[in-house]
Amino acid sequence: MIRIVGVLGLLVGLYAALLASNPAAGDTDNLMGVANLQGRFGIITLGAALVIIVGGIDLSVGSVVGCGAVLFGVLVTDGVHPFAAVPLVVLFGMLVGLGNGLLVTRLKLQPFLVTLCGMFVYRGVARLVGEALLGTVSRAAALEKNPDFRAPLDTLRRFLIGKDSTGELLFPAQFVLLLLLAAVVGFFLHRTAFGRYWYAIGHNELAARYAGVNVNRNRLVVYVVCSTLAAFTGVLLFLDTSTVQSNGAGETWELYAILGAVLGGCSLRGGEGTAVGMVLGAMVLPVLENLVRFRGLKNDVIPAVIGLTLLFGTIVDELIRRRSRLSR
Amino acid sequence: MLALDGVSLTLEAGEVLAVVGENGAGKSTLMKVLAGVYRADSGEVRLDGRAVRFPGPAEATAAGVVLIHQELNLAENLSVLDNLFLGREVTGGGPLRVLCRREMKARAAGLLARVGLPTDRLPARVESLPPGEKQLVEIARALGTAVRVLIMDEPTSSLTSQETERLYEVIASLKASGVSVLYISHRLAEVKRCADRVVVLRDGKNAGELSKAEITHDNMVRLMVGRDLKTFYPRRHRSGTGGSAVLTLRGVCYSGGPSWPVSLEVRAGEVLGMAGLVGAGRTELSEAVFGIRPVVAGEVLLHGEPLRVRSPADAIAAGVVLVPEDRRLHGLVLPEGVGFNLSLPNLDRLGTLLAIDRRREAELHRTWIERLRVRTPSAAQPVALLSGGNQQKVVYGKWLARGPRLLILDEPTRGVDVGAKAEIYSLIDELAGQGVAVWMITSDMEELLGMSDRVVVMHEGKVAGELARDRLTEEAVMRLATGGRAT
Repeated sequence: MIRIVGVLGLLVGLYAALLASNPAAGDTDNLMGVANLQGRFGIITLGAALVIIVGGIDLSVGSVVGCGAVLFGVLVTDGVHPFAAVPLVVLFGMLVGLGNGLLVTRLKLQPFLVTLCGMFVYRGVARLVGEALLGTVSRAAALEKNPDFRAPLDTLRRFLIGKDSTGELLFPAQFVLLLLLAAVVGFFLHRTAFGRYWYAIGHNELAARYAGVNVNRNRLVVYVVCSTLAAFTGVLLFLDTSTVQSNGAGETWELYAILGAVLGGCSLRGGEGTAVGMVLGAMVLPVLENLVRFRGLKNDVIPAVIGLTLLFGTIVDELIRRRSRLSR
Repeated sequence: MLALDGVSLTLEAGEVLAVVGENGAGKSTLMKVLAGVYRADSGEVRLDGRAVRFPGPAEATAAGVVLIHQELNLAENLSVLDNLFLGREVTGGGPLRVLCRREMKARAAGLLARVGLPTDRLPARVESLPPGEKQLVEIARALGTAVRVLIMDEPTSSLTSQETERLYEVIASLKASGVSVLYISHRLAEVKRCADRVVVLRDGKNAGELSKAEITHDNMVRLMVGRDLKTFYPRRHRSGTGGSAVLTLRGVCYSGGPSWPVSLEVRAGEVLGMAGLVGAGRTELSEAVFGIRPVVAGEVLLHGEPLRVRSPADAIAAGVVLVPEDRRLHGLVLPEGVGFNLSLPNLDRLGTLLAIDRRREAELHRTWIERLRVRTPSAAQPVALLSGGNQQKVVYGKWLARGPRLLILDEPTRGVDVGAKAEIYSLIDELAGQGVAVWMITSDMEELLGMSDRVVVMHEGKVAGELARDRLTEEAVMRLATGGRAT
């Protein structure tokens, strides 16, 4: 509870600073743009946070996003109908998660190592598929080859991104998607037996096993969910941007996802975290970036600002926790 | 609750004073206070009549008070020689602190001789030594300082009987040279052998003192539990004769276990006690039945039907549950609440997996918190904040809510205060009375003698023998447990 109040306070502060920095920052267009980014980061944060709750970590998220974007581009350019390409990319994400999960649960490899390898492997796959086969991955290229895909792609863009055919942002659809997915995740996490099992596994895997919980299957499911959400976010990335750079798309996003999860109250030791916290935690970063931009600072300072914010949040969190432990 | 509440004791020069008491009586805490590991809130420690105050173990050691821990405190990756001088290496002086190995070796040989270890052990890595020798290395290290008071916390818990004998000899020679020994143990047979005087603790208080002539098994147990043994180990509900076999093991071998097969029977309505030394394979056998270790040969029958268990989930579904030895590691999700833990193995019965029936869940929490008298402010209280006894009750509660057919108890009351122990014993009696088969693994001799209807003794993975209740004595159990023959 304290964690949620903490991240909420941080968000309010950041929004206030953003609005104060420049009159243009308060424009609906700008705020909707920020919300759209929040949605995109939020969706991968949900997955990463679930993995963190069961006591694991997924470093392959960013590469899977890139891979998903490239794969979607390649499929559509190759003549696969966009409506069919979306489930194919989602299937790809499930397979990736299955691979990660099986390596972690069956071979008992460390999640950090498995997903670190995954990070390189899927980045490599994205480059191979994207550059070697296609040259550039973009909507324009896809439409050039398949002009009759314009209508379905426009539909997808309207409902998943919230942009009309001219590229104007009508509503932050990605944020709406985030809220829907977060509601589903929250339902599983807080209302069903599965959520109980995930928390139990994260806190004490052995005790969960001795209580008859199928630890391996539950962890496997969580890895699958994480990679699936990442691959789906790849689709969003392709639809939202004009060109997908196969070597840069989604790069370091796994860290943004982890950062959002931690800001939102997940402990890297496992067993902690709430769906509301995940959403709030994921909302921090885009506001921060936007703020930096409106303050007229160079983009180069963004990484430093992000790092300092997380560090600050961690310190405040630790202090609050110590205080509450003393008062008990 | 205080871990120690106004305890007093005196120790003469060259005396072996045994401090006994149940688990959780405060023995180890007392010793740690004496050795400067913990600070006492009030009271004083006098050494040779002068009040002393040790801010830490280093100061205590310098004053001649040395504690040898229950869990050995040696650096396993270093050699015996390095361990003997760890923290007080002999150096050539100067800021570089270059080691004088020759000088250390010469002194070390003398120290090892005093505990009866050959000098060829010096270069050996400590991890390569058997537990008994590690214990002796610890003592030798203590002798390296000017030790006046040697405190030994459960020194024999991992020793074989031969190693234990050797330890007694060393204690006798220490005594002869004027060193005082505080000997903590819950093995009363040992205390009887080596102590000059016994101080009994119960729930952190002095419960009584016995002079050499008064040291008998019964006297010690009476002071330890502080009540009549008949009511402490009740058999009100069960007949103790045992009904039909609930669990039958026929020639069972399990992965990672010994190559010889184990056969065993646990009957309805009885408490089968299982004794054995550390490493006798009792916990491992129970884990094989509970589905944690794969069974590789032999038959496991439940009510005469073959029981195929590949995971704890299968065992639980068949009505076999395990209260594990280490509740903090295997039994509970400590940071989560009492209710969370009570629900965890029962979620399949509280509505569907996709929708937990909150009302039924709250009812389950209320029922078991009340029935087992778990002292907790609410079902949301994290179990980590409960006392050992209440934590253990939560472990029982989560299983009893399922109505088990076979209850495997591995050290059923470890780290539990006397009051909660009495409650757990009458609970076990009641369950057996209802026809539940209870398989109780325990290293606590009083518990074994008091609660068992029948005892199976394990030795090095084998069933060394079985003792009916009328032939159950501490001596008979220890003889079988150390590889001797039944008489």
